[in-house]
Amino acid sequence: MLRFLALRIGRALLTIALVVTFAFVVLRLSGDPALLIMGPEAPPEVIAAFRKAWGLDDPIWMQYFDYFGAIAQGELGRSMRDGRPAVELVVERIPATLALTLPALLIKIGIGIPAGIYAALHRGSMIDRAVMLAAVAGFTVPSFVLALLLVLVFAVQLGWLPSGGQDSWRHAILPIFTLGVGGAAVLARFTRSAMLEILGQHYIRTASAKGVPWRAVVTNHALPNAAIPTVTIVGFMVGSLIAGAVVVESVFSWPGVGRLLVVAVANRDLAVVQCILLLVALTMVTSNLIVDFLYGFLDPRLRTRTGSA
Amino acid sequence: MRPLLAIENLTVSFDETRVLHGVDFSIGKGEALGLVGESGSGKSVTWLAALGLLPRSAKVAGRVLLDGQNILGAPEGALDHVRGRRVAMIFQDPASALNPVLTIRRQLSETLALHRGLSGRSLQAECKRLLDLVGIPDAERRLSAYPHEFSGGQNQRIMIAMALSGNPDLLIADEPTTALDVTIQAQILELLGRVRRETGMAMVLISHDLGVVSENCDRVAVMYAGRVVEKARAGELFDDPCHPYSNGLIGALPPLDGERRRLTAIGGTVPDPRNMPAGCAFAPRCALETAACKAVPPLLVPVGPGRDVACHVVAAQRQMHVGQAAE
Repeated sequence: MLRFLALRIGRALLTIALVVTFAFVVLRLSGDPALLIMGPEAPPEVIAAFRKAWGLDDPIWMQYFDYFGAIAQGELGRSMRDGRPAVELVVERIPATLALTLPALLIKIGIGIPAGIYAALHRGSMIDRAVMLAAVAGFTVPSFVLALLLVLVFAVQLGWLPSGGQDSWRHAILPIFTLGVGGAAVLARFTRSAMLEILGQHYIRTASAKGVPWRAVVTNHALPNAAIPTVTIVGFMVGSLIAGAVVVESVFSWPGVGRLLVVAVANRDLAVVQCILLLVALTMVTSNLIVDFLYGFLDPRLRTRTGSA
Repeated sequence: MRPLLAIENLTVSFDETRVLHGVDFSIGKGEALGLVGESGSGKSVTWLAALGLLPRSAKVAGRVLLDGQNILGAPEGALDHVRGRRVAMIFQDPASALNPVLTIRRQLSETLALHRGLSGRSLQAECKRLLDLVGIPDAERRLSAYPHEFSGGQNQRIMIAMALSGNPDLLIADEPTTALDVTIQAQILELLGRVRRETGMAMVLISHDLGVVSENCDRVAVMYAGRVVEKARAGELFDDPCHPYSNGLIGALPPLDGERRRLTAIGGTVPDPRNMPAGCAFAPRCALETAACKAVPPLLVPVGPGRDVACHVVAAQRQMHVGQAAE
């Protein structure tokens, strides 16, 4: 088990290093930062001075290591718009984003998983068909369409809820709902198919043949097995807590990380974009790590295989 | 004497396709019945249907009498008292028949708690005793292991231990050795025999291996395309098979002693259940086929003591013999 953990943590660190490298390469590829920032009309002396000041004259490998060192110390540059540290700008937006994505995650799990299980257990019934219809709809309708639809109905037609902004909890309802519905649909589909596959396994028949009541067969034999694939999807949703609301935040003009990203990209504010990129990578990697640990916990086959290998 | 369990005119259909066409047989207390036939002949389906283990989409009719009481279509609650406690079942592939994420202890104690109300220390002791009984060494420690940590043969032993935990009167062994090595097969069959001698439990051994059945069973029922085509005592069937299909099966076996002879294969294939011949299902592959065979499916008729066959031609010949002998 220890070996399993060490292996996974090592892999997570490697992933982050790769993302940092990727960010470095992309920043270099997008053109000479000196020219980009000072503009093509700047006098050559000024450009040379800028290059010297930012270490752009150093050999590329040295720049790479300096860059790595800076990131390791949390030094991610300053926003080119207002000169504040990029990290600060991004971090202060996180609570706003989580205020949408955390309740949405609860909706996804709270509706998606039970709906999927119920549909699988009543395969072919009216409720199964209704759940799957809703799931396909929720799965295929893009979030901006759903968001606009909800605004049209609840803000414009009925006037019950505000269409955008962040002044009260009522402003959060539509964005949370938009995020939650799509995710619940995805989760319901996955849970249903995971459950259906497990219910067709021989050990389920064995449990019934042993005289275990159906309810206990489902809770003791099917659910622990179906949890394994479902955890993957939930992990992915946890990983996108920070960056998963870009579209919805934009539609509802909610000042979170996603909206900051859109604005930063539009302004070519590279330091901020890069900072968000790293933050997203970090949350993704962390949630994958948690999922890996959960796998080891849920599936004894994995535990011993990597433990003894 | 009333049989322990009797199956009467059991039929099963999936999506309007009939796969079992009225199966009849019975098992006495402590008896070992062999059920042989090719894959798809309905051997397993018969028992899954009898115990209510088929998916709800399957249409099942007929009667399954356990101690004279019909359990077919009984409410789930009643069936849960039959399954595992009166009639236990073990399956072909032990590795996939055990739950991969639960320890052996969990899976064993489940039935013990359910059917014998054991808990705490007595439950632990019984788990250990059962593993000892089926020959798993180091039982105490191995109880905490998962199925993937055992070999196929050991997993089948664990399945048998699980089946025995409810002290059943009847064990249905559905091809219990098919997925195992030959040497392990012999060990498992030996174990089943020993358990039967010790507990007096009856057994149905489902197999397509005639040798296995002849060595381990008192009586044999031969199934073909969803029907029982011959019933006989094990020795009788081998010495003097009645039904042309049984004859073919035995002709396909290499003789263990005597001169070497050419093995005969049964020509043709099993008919598609969606496209069954109107008459005898075996007729298209049968050398004795007559006009009657094409028209009317033959019924099982007695041709001797404890001996039934479903064949127009053979039944006519044998019944004549029986008649002559009586005169």
